[in-house]
Amino acid sequence: MKLLKSREAILFGAIVVLTTLIATRFPAFVAPDNLVAVFTDTAPLMILAMGQMVVILTRCIDLSVAANLALTGMVCAMINVAFPGLPVPVIIAVALVMGAFLGAINGILVWKLGIPPIVVTLGTMTIFRGVIFLLTEGKWINAHEMSESFTAVPRAEIFGMPILGWIGVVVAIIMVVVMARTTLGRAIYAVGGNPHAAVYTGINVGRTQFVAFVISGMLAGLTGYLWIARYAVAYVDIAGGFELDVVAACVIGGVSIAGGAGTVIGTLLGALFLGVVKNALPVIDISPFWQLAISGAAIIIAVAFNAQSGRSKGRVILKSAEHAQ
Amino acid sequence: MKLTKLMTSVAVAAGLFAGPVAADDMRIALVVKALGIGFFEAAAKGAEEAAAEIGGVEIIYTGPTDTTAEGQIEVLNALIAQKVDAIAVSSNDTDALVPTLKKAMDRGITVVSWDSGVAPDGRQAHLNPSSNALIGNMIIKMAADNLPDGGEVAVLSATTTSTNQNIWIEEMTKVLPNYAGIEVVATVYGDDLADKSYREATGLMQSHPDLDAIIAPTSVGIVAAAQAVADAGKIGEVNVTGLGLPSEMAGAIESGASKSFAIWNPIDLGYSATMLAHQLATEAATAEPGAEISIGRMGTITLDDTNSAAMADPFVYDSSNIDAFKDIF
Repeated sequence: MKLLKSREAILFGAIVVLTTLIATRFPAFVAPDNLVAVFTDTAPLMILAMGQMVVILTRCIDLSVAANLALTGMVCAMINVAFPGLPVPVIIAVALVMGAFLGAINGILVWKLGIPPIVVTLGTMTIFRGVIFLLTEGKWINAHEMSESFTAVPRAEIFGMPILGWIGVVVAIIMVVVMARTTLGRAIYAVGGNPHAAVYTGINVGRTQFVAFVISGMLAGLTGYLWIARYAVAYVDIAGGFELDVVAACVIGGVSIAGGAGTVIGTLLGALFLGVVKNALPVIDISPFWQLAISGAAIIIAVAFNAQSGRSKGRVILKSAEHAQ
Repeated sequence: MKLTKLMTSVAVAAGLFAGPVAADDMRIALVVKALGIGFFEAAAKGAEEAAAEIGGVEIIYTGPTDTTAEGQIEVLNALIAQKVDAIAVSSNDTDALVPTLKKAMDRGITVVSWDSGVAPDGRQAHLNPSSNALIGNMIIKMAADNLPDGGEVAVLSATTTSTNQNIWIEEMTKVLPNYAGIEVVATVYGDDLADKSYREATGLMQSHPDLDAIIAPTSVGIVAAAQAVADAGKIGEVNVTGLGLPSEMAGAIESGASKSFAIWNPIDLGYSATMLAHQLATEAATAEPGAEISIGRMGTITLDDTNSAAMADPFVYDSSNIDAFKDIF
């Protein structure tokens, strides 16, 4: 526990150092308004990363989150175009249910058919994108076709922060409670930490993985609505490649790709780290040709750092045998 | 699929029956990538306009029901059997249509391609909607027109390696000295992703507080930039312009985030393709490199080494005409 705590402290420190460095080049970056804007901009990544964390904790991976986001977002937009009067909470409910359903498809395939999660979600990733194309024939849904309230909700401000940011906060609080204080949360850690031991304690490993995919899908669906409303446009390729950012946020945040280790706070910090980099690069006047290299390097450094601090030192139990070698 | 086949047959049959009735007319077939696409329906409208202007010309507007080369070949064979006078085609495949179109030319049918071209062997001339130089000039002109006293503009492109965008920006830079007081302060890349383009546009407004215009010669970028300007509360201060589609930009024009943007006008394109086909079919003009061909109200085009020509400047869309076009394409 102490080790985990320090890891998050290190990551938090890295974000502070990074922000300070950016501020030396572009002071307005640390203005409170801008920090709120950066947090809000990162909220979709945070929400997705928390879902991904749950899946990775159970030794699985969900590559279909961005496609799920795009499909659910597109369906929300289409519903809005067909029934402009439908209140936004109803649309959010639809997004949650539909996202959870798409996640359940992944979960069922992993649980009941025993297909490796990376294969399942690679498949559903392309299928979801394909379905959007079938639904729309490649057409866009544009800002003027969406109702005013549909696009206004995520940007409406409460205490100076847009609702999009607050939704990120609320989801984070719920996830912290679920992971730390519920049977489900503990089961998720148990399944990833030692599946065999989990079975002996009466935990159904497949079912827990299924639930993890449903949670990830549900959060992806929620983000789908938020994303479409924020950018006020829906088309097939929306959030293309974003699943890699989501996985990167988890890994930077200290979630072990081998499962069983990782925290909600760490994941949030991982997402925030990427969010700061993404938002800072456009304003610190660095050649766009360098930007990709810089984001890539930042990820590798962060992960290398994590791997270093996370490495448990092997305990030598047979000193004589070691010397004999 | 069966229904599609049936519809194609009906369309072909209808065409066959329509033939003899107007025997004296010159018949020009406008073959599009697929029926039912707003852009091409508008082009057909332009073709009809040209036909009415010329007089004694009948337009046969046709195409497959899905965007396949096979479907177009079927349609073209039917047209050859009908012995139309000219075919103007926007192709689904550069090479696949060549043998069929050669057969048409062997039978004395004039063949031109427009919008999406056919390899030089398969047509007498090709009409591009615009040229790189004209596009490069137009994107900076639209920004400059709203800045009589000059100002700072920035470019939001697609990816660093997008060929089209890079050529347009290069052409824009060449003509930049013609626009006094206009300064290009930055070129950023949104990778044709809505979220990255939005972030780049937001960044531009932060790092250049006096920014007057964002030029986005990409349809994803221009929409994202307009949204970023609206969210930053800078409508009226920062004008978003560039290349986009009317259906996608209608909201930005309405909100005022974008005063104007450009893209081809499908009506003009259909009109010009018909005019070009008519000129060649009546032998009023010959398709050879360097030939100057008059295309009615659109002026004159000059064929280059590959017998292709650029129609005109991209067409500018603003609040005065957006409503008429936003449902078309």
